[in-house]
This record gives sequence, structure tokens and C-alpha cells, in this order.
Amino acid sequence: MDKTISGKTIQVNEEGYLTNFSEWDKDIALAISQEEHIEELGPKHWKIIEYLQDQFKQEIPLSIRKIGKSGVVDIEEFYALFPQGPLKKATKIAGIPKPASCI
Amino acid sequence: MKKILILGAGTAGTMMANHLNHEVEKKEWEINIIDHRQEHYYQPGYLFLPFDIYEPEDIVKPIKDFIPKGVNLINEKALKILPLEKMVQMVNGDQLHYDILIIATGCNIAPEEIPGMKGSEWHQSVFDFYTFEGSLALRNAMRDFKGGKLVVHITEMPIKCPVAPLEFAFLADSYFKHKKMRDKVEITYVTPLSGAFTKPKATEALSHLLDEKNILQINDFGIKKIDNEQKKMIDYEGREVAFDLLVTVPTNKGDALMENSGMGDDLNFIPTNKATLQSLHYPEVFVLGDASNIPASKAGSVAHFEAEILTENILHYIKNEPLKESFDGHANCFIETGNGKALLIDFNYTHEPVEGSFPFPGIGPLRLLKESRMNHMGKLAFRWIYWHMLLKGTHIPFVSTAMQEEGKHF
Repeated sequence: MDKTISGKTIQVNEEGYLTNFSEWDKDIALAISQEEHIEELGPKHWKIIEYLQDQFKQEIPLSIRKIGKSGVVDIEEFYALFPQGPLKKATKIAGIPKPASCI
Repeated sequence: MKKILILGAGTAGTMMANHLNHEVEKKEWEINIIDHRQEHYYQPGYLFLPFDIYEPEDIVKPIKDFIPKGVNLINEKALKILPLEKMVQMVNGDQLHYDILIIATGCNIAPEEIPGMKGSEWHQSVFDFYTFEGSLALRNAMRDFKGGKLVVHITEMPIKCPVAPLEFAFLADSYFKHKKMRDKVEITYVTPLSGAFTKPKATEALSHLLDEKNILQINDFGIKKIDNEQKKMIDYEGREVAFDLLVTVPTNKGDALMENSGMGDDLNFIPTNKATLQSLHYPEVFVLGDASNIPASKAGSVAHFEAEILTENILHYIKNEPLKESFDGHANCFIETGNGKALLIDFNYTHEPVEGSFPFPGIGPLRLLKESRMNHMGKLAFRWIYWHMLLKGTHIPFVSTAMQEEGKHF
């Protein structure tokens, strides 16, 4: 479905995840983070977003455990930066699919 | 003589031994299967043991009874796979060469991954039901339980049989009702997921059942540790869940052999092509069942469908033909809902579980995603099918390897 956000029309699924990563940009990330009640995206947020996008491009499945071991952020801080379901929020802001942490 | 080596004589490995025994030219190929254990456990039985529905002897039989005569059972422990040398090094010092390796080493619980989980309360008030020992110890604790907070918990995904903890909660409701003490037991279902299950339509149906049975639900719970003295779980956001009896599904990991061999991911699952079941790194290595990292359920039904496809692909590989990319992630699971009823779900990589009829479109007799006694009878009948048909690699009538879309209400 179409969604208009920060002046652009993008494709999202029924849960609000971008279905076409090429439509993502930083303004969209900021707008989604507001919707997710994250007031500000600091340098650490962006570092995590970059890491998630990088993993997505390499088709590496994501999990909180893996992110905790990545050296980018520890699990506690990940929860502090993206409260209440950090992985599902961070992936939504990063414009990549919700991890199918399965099955 | 060329050699096929199967690692693991559990559900997946045993099925594969039986399939290959029928299909492979014995003048050219020798088939060996390695497992250091003596006993084969019917793992779906671990769900029923705590509720006194099954006895221990219902779910244990000797491994050797299910390995066909044409296959050589090696009752020793493997230490390390040397994939570049095409060799398996054994604990006793033997080195076994292979031309084709099939890894079916499954997955196991790793309670030590969470601080405090394997602490002083382990198998006192904190239990797993994913091992025979855990399930049996839990049976005794359930018999003695005088009431209080029963918490059913999933640590992290993926886990073997992802519906089992829900079934445990449903059966507990039924069990304590039957003992006329349901009013003394508060049952809470705690999960790291955002809902009762991973797929939307099944989550809706299952959440409804949780409500109906007065089972409380706590979602998005990322456990950090267990406080054994205070008997509570604490998550990364500081939320606390107190328990008198905790039934947890610890982190699931693949076999330590993968870690020793440098062949697994961070949970020891092996990177595997999800359509062909071939290792992503070594062409002569194939992975079957819970040991792989493919995004399908870790369940016996999945291993059963995989085994049929992998058998074909091994034959293609032997003849130097291209492998078939035909595994669709098909899973077919009964979900016990208590009071003698069950649900049935049938799904694959691309289609979530929905309502409909099974196995005959429009007829049934089984109904998908709806509670019925017929489904429960199906689940109980499955134990017989498991020992007598499934392990022997006999095709189960009317149940196709690829999921059928007809008869389903997408």
C-alpha cells in the first residue's frame, strides 16, 4: 500500500514496513522514528541503522543476539535506544523487512 | 566403495537412512550412520509426559530397532568434521572418510545462555520440557504443585516445535481444571514475540484461545536473567515476572560438533540452501532437520518432508545432475488445545497457516486452524504413525511433500 511520509509516497506493508528499500532515505527514517515514539536519532541510532541495512544487503538473518555480539551495540543499550521491541522498531526505521525471527 | 555418512540417528537421520537404503545402489555405496546414544526418543511425547498422558516407556525405544539392515550403525561419538579433508574425526581416534555427508544432529537446549537459568532452582522450580529428564522432573513437580503462579516461557527464537510452549499452557489449563484446582493456579504465557505465534492469522486464533482459557499473556519479553532467590525473571527493560513454577524453553542451539568444526552460525546452526538442503559451503555436505539454519519450523513433520526431497537430491548429486530446488518449507502440526481437542496447521515458506480442510480439499476430515476432537485423535494417532511409518520412511498417504494450496482460505 501507499504511504505518504515526509512529503514522499512510499510502498509499505500492512505493518508499516517499507517493501522497497530503495525508497528509503534519512528523512523517512526520522518520520518513522517519530511514529515509533523515538524522539531523536543520535549517532548511535544511525550506526545501528547502518549495520542493520548492511546485514540486510548481505542477506544475513537478523536477531537481537547477533546484534548484541556485533560489537556495534550491546543488548542492554539496544533496548535503551529502541525501547519495547528494539529489533522490530529499528528494522522499520531502517527501511528493511521485519525479521522473520520465525517460524 | 564410496561412502555416505549420516551424522545423527534421531528423527531426521533415521528417516534418511531408511530412504537411502531403498534408493542407493549398494554395490557402489556403503551407508553409515553415527550416533553415540542407545535410545531414540519420541520427542512430541515430552509435551504429554508432564501431564501424565504418556508414560516414559511410551516414548523411548532402542535406536538400532529403526536402522535398516543395509545400513551400518556406528555407536560412537563424533568429535570434529574436517570438511576440506571430507573426514569425520571420532572421539575414539578413528577417522571416517565420506563422499557424501548428511548432517542430522538436531538441536538442544542451552539454559546456560541466560544468567541464572541453570541456577539453584533448575529442576526445582525452573524446568524445561525439551529433554526427557526435564519433562520427567516437571511431571513430578506438576503432580506436587499446590497452586500459585505457573509461567510458561520462551527465551528466544528459533526453537524446536514453536507451538509446543502454547500447547503446554493449554494443557496446563485443562490439567488443573481436571484436578479441580484451576482457581488456585495463575497461568501466564511469556514470549519474546509480539504475539502468541509468528504468523498473523494463527496468532489471532491462538490469542483468542489464550483469552478463553484465562491465560495471561506478556509479549516482547527479552529475558536478561533469572533471580533464583526471588524466583523471578527480569527482562532488558527491567520488567519482572514472578513465578512459583517456571516452565521455560531455553535458547536452542545446534550441536557443539558444528562449533568444533567451524561449520555453524552463532547458534551452531549450519548455513544451508533452503530449497535444495545442500550446505552453502561444501557441495558434498547436506543438512536435514533441526540442524540447519533454513527459515522453516524445527519439527519432525518438516524433517519428514525434507527427507523425501533430500533423497531425490542425493540421487541427483550422485549422478552429477543439477539439484532440485523443491523444498517449500512445508510444515504440518497438530496443536493440542486441552480438553481433548486440537488444532491443525499446514503452512510453508510463503503461505501462513489459514483455515480450510485437510488433507482432502473441501472435505477434510480434518479442519485447519479450528479446534476439534478429530484433530486431537490425529495427534494421538501420530505416535503410532511415527514409530511404524515416519521413521521407516514410508510415505504417509494423502499428505503431499509440497504444501497444497487447494482447500485453504487464503
